[in-house]
Amino acid sequence: MAEVSSMPPQDVRESRPGLVRTLVTQTWTILRKDLLLEWRGRSRMVSVVLFGTVTLVLFSFAVGPDSTALRAGAAGFLVLALLLSSTLSLSESFRFEQEQRALEGLLLLPVDAIALFYGKALASTLFLCLLAPILVPIALVLYSVEMEPMALARLLLVWGLAAAGLTAPGTLYAAMTSRLRSQDVLLPILLFPLVIPVLLGSVKAMALILLGDPMSQLWSWTLLLATFDLVYWILCGMLLFSHAIEE
Amino acid sequence: MKKFAWEHWVGILGLALLFVGSYVGLVVAPPERYMGDVQRIMYVHVPSAWTAMVCYTAAFVAAIVSLWTGRRRWDAALVGMIETGMVFNALLLCQGSLWGRATWGVWWDWDVRLTTSLVMLLLFTGVLALRSFVEDAEQRASWSAIAAIVSYVDVPLVYFCVRWWRSLHQVQSSPETVDPLMVFPLRTNAIALVLVAIWLIARRARLELRRRQHEEVGEPERREPIHD
Repeated sequence: MAEVSSMPPQDVRESRPGLVRTLVTQTWTILRKDLLLEWRGRSRMVSVVLFGTVTLVLFSFAVGPDSTALRAGAAGFLVLALLLSSTLSLSESFRFEQEQRALEGLLLLPVDAIALFYGKALASTLFLCLLAPILVPIALVLYSVEMEPMALARLLLVWGLAAAGLTAPGTLYAAMTSRLRSQDVLLPILLFPLVIPVLLGSVKAMALILLGDPMSQLWSWTLLLATFDLVYWILCGMLLFSHAIEE
Repeated sequence: MKKFAWEHWVGILGLALLFVGSYVGLVVAPPERYMGDVQRIMYVHVPSAWTAMVCYTAAFVAAIVSLWTGRRRWDAALVGMIETGMVFNALLLCQGSLWGRATWGVWWDWDVRLTTSLVMLLLFTGVLALRSFVEDAEQRASWSAIAAIVSYVDVPLVYFCVRWWRSLHQVQSSPETVDPLMVFPLRTNAIALVLVAIWLIARRARLELRRRQHEEVGEPERREPIHD
């Protein structure tokens, strides 16, 4: 009797995707799904932009018509507008999944929890990055800040890092709080203290870009920001998210 | 006869050591060269800080084990450790505020050590807030363990920030540069507060376990009167 090999045939082995490739494919699929949902619900994007704009205006009322004080605080106001806008978008991103128990459907497919996290976190990050081309010029005008074009590119990079630092823990906590009552209160309570290092790094970096950097400190603050981003993206995505969404 | 729980002995020992350490610190230890008698608050302030960070570190470990094993005793321990850590964290901020008022002239400063300590308190308050909104016991245990692990990111920041950044707060001292009469009450009170913390954690963990048992068993049925 011929020996039966325990190994699958060559063509089956070649067609079975590796773990990394599967994760990347699933992450890309989730990302596309969320971006498509955002595109279809464009009114929500408009609402978030309006909210960010109103926030920037309110800060100027809080400080008063002192252009020097407004210019000095411009970086902080921009980061706070980003933070407040992020809580709106993060809580919405999991509201989609709660409708008709879509999240359970995804997990049963099965979609790996890590891929689900990175897909949704990337979608939220991109969404927040889309706010920058609108909110930054508004802030520059309202707070009378003048900036060179190269400085604008650096500002957008810091904005992207700040958005990434907010969305990683935000996606983790949004996944948990979306299933609770008073989720709109609980998400900020959990998220805001956690992202203070990200806020600190991004405010310092943006302030150096907007107001000048005579001591060349921009690199160290950007590095601090990037370090926290890395810690949160690894900790929240690879280690904790699967526990957060299991029933 | 009700058994005298082991943690009561630990608590009694801790309180006794606290009395000894505080007496030496207030009466026997010399005043500090620049701050004088104001410096004596150090003998509770520094041990409170150490104890808070020890409690949070223990909570971090308990959270990992709770997630790994799913056993309710680790969730109960987690609650005790977080709450006790928060008590010492709040004490540390109050003591620091009093000391700061006397030496820096302000109740509060946005110095990195003070700011990260306040953030630490807010982070773990958030973990307890999360617990209060989750009704399912297993989900509550799992999610609060996750939140505790993420919140722990701030604790090393609190400890090392005075070395990484310029700070109004002093850097950690070494016993070799401190008068032995100051080292003794500091170490004694540190051990004392850790023992008191163990006592509080154990009591709180027992209470949490009992609450969870009641939750799982449910309320006892009411006996309705029998109507003919």
